[in-house]
Amino acid sequence: MPHEVEKQYKEIIERYLHTQDERDLYAGQKFSRRFIEKEISPEEVIGIHKSALKSLFPDEPNELWHSFDFLIEMMIHYGLALQEHQTLIRKQEEMDLEMKIAAQVQSTLLNTKVPEIPGLDIGFLTIPAKQMSGDYIYFLSEEEKSASIAVADVIGKGIPAALCMSMIKFGMDSLQSDQSNPGKVLEVINKIVEDSVTDSMFISMFYGKYDTNSSVFSYASAGHEPALLYKASRNNFVELDAKGLLLGVQQTVRYEERSIDLEAGDFIVMMTDGVTETRAAEGFIDEDLIKEILLSVKDKPAQEIADAVFEQLTELQNFQLLDDFTVVILKKDY
Amino acid sequence: MKDRSYVDIFTEWDIVAARQLGRNEAKEIGFGTVDQARITTAISELARNIYLYAGTGRIEISRIHEKSLFGISIVASDQGPGIADVRQVMNDGYTTSGGLGAGMPGVKRLMDEFDLVTKQGVGTTITTIKWLR
Repeated sequence: MPHEVEKQYKEIIERYLHTQDERDLYAGQKFSRRFIEKEISPEEVIGIHKSALKSLFPDEPNELWHSFDFLIEMMIHYGLALQEHQTLIRKQEEMDLEMKIAAQVQSTLLNTKVPEIPGLDIGFLTIPAKQMSGDYIYFLSEEEKSASIAVADVIGKGIPAALCMSMIKFGMDSLQSDQSNPGKVLEVINKIVEDSVTDSMFISMFYGKYDTNSSVFSYASAGHEPALLYKASRNNFVELDAKGLLLGVQQTVRYEERSIDLEAGDFIVMMTDGVTETRAAEGFIDEDLIKEILLSVKDKPAQEIADAVFEQLTELQNFQLLDDFTVVILKKDY
Repeated sequence: MKDRSYVDIFTEWDIVAARQLGRNEAKEIGFGTVDQARITTAISELARNIYLYAGTGRIEISRIHEKSLFGISIVASDQGPGIADVRQVMNDGYTTSGGLGAGMPGVKRLMDEFDLVTKQGVGTTITTIKWLR
């Protein structure tokens, strides 16, 4: 192999030295791709160059040939850097593949079943900015008596955030039914997070529970984005916010619990800051824009409302996601 | 089979002596200029490691012959502190780009065979071979 390459190199350079034609330079450039393809290192290229010249001009002074030896010495570390680079690229490919698998594991692990309650329409959408998500939706229902929804956001993105999410999931799974009131849920989850996560990781969470019999939606928030309530009777929005510290900041935290009545046509929008912090060309979007979008699709099914929010907001930032994007719509049909 | 010679490493100048010895041997065995440069770079790295981390040690260079193969063997040995985390030392990282030198992964790449034996408080012996093709 190397002899064949050497021979061809010599032919090309001989032609070029004779003509100094751009065509021969182009041939040389194309030939250099073969060097790369065959993983011929920079020092070897100089070695090949030297021997080609030596056979073309055997009578040149020794200083010239020694200078090539010096140049070879100069190139050794470049050759090593190149090989290292190739190894790192292979490692990167392996990691990308692992990430893909991890993302699949995550989506299976965090899979949650949407409650089916007559008269209640639930739609949601969660899209990670990178391969793995730091946003999380958890549904829980007690037969047809109630439906609970948690929306959480780990401050941070990527793998650390995703690992942290798994813990929230198991925390939620371990909750007993007598602990299902929103303030209590956040209190328990906060303790789990505080016990098991490093100090640098914080989670915001909104937890809401809808009672089928009374049509009351009670909620609590751990430093999360306020939810929006659309009141059909007044055709306007109310912010649903409750006092409470982010999860994982301190051991014992009390969470304020509030509640509202849901009437037919009303819907609640829970989201993460990936939604509210959508960046348009001129900066962060106005909350009024989200309300406008919601108003324009208010009579659609919950899932279509969620999809519309995503489509219209991502269009504003050229279809790029800067943060994990999650929105849940809870709509009372009757 | 053998034909051994060595350079003891005490000062940075001994690194140059070890390189010179290696280059002479490599040339006589019949290695081309590119391989000569690779072999001397490997010797440089090994000798520098001795100089920097063990203080003193030895670079031993021999001609070897196995079946129809001819080659050069370099043995770098010291009675230094030994390497605490071999995995870390052998880990391919970001050495050349940081200008830190080729390191052990570099030596491994420059040569054909590489073997490292180390014991904390006893010392380190690295044996590496390049075959003539």
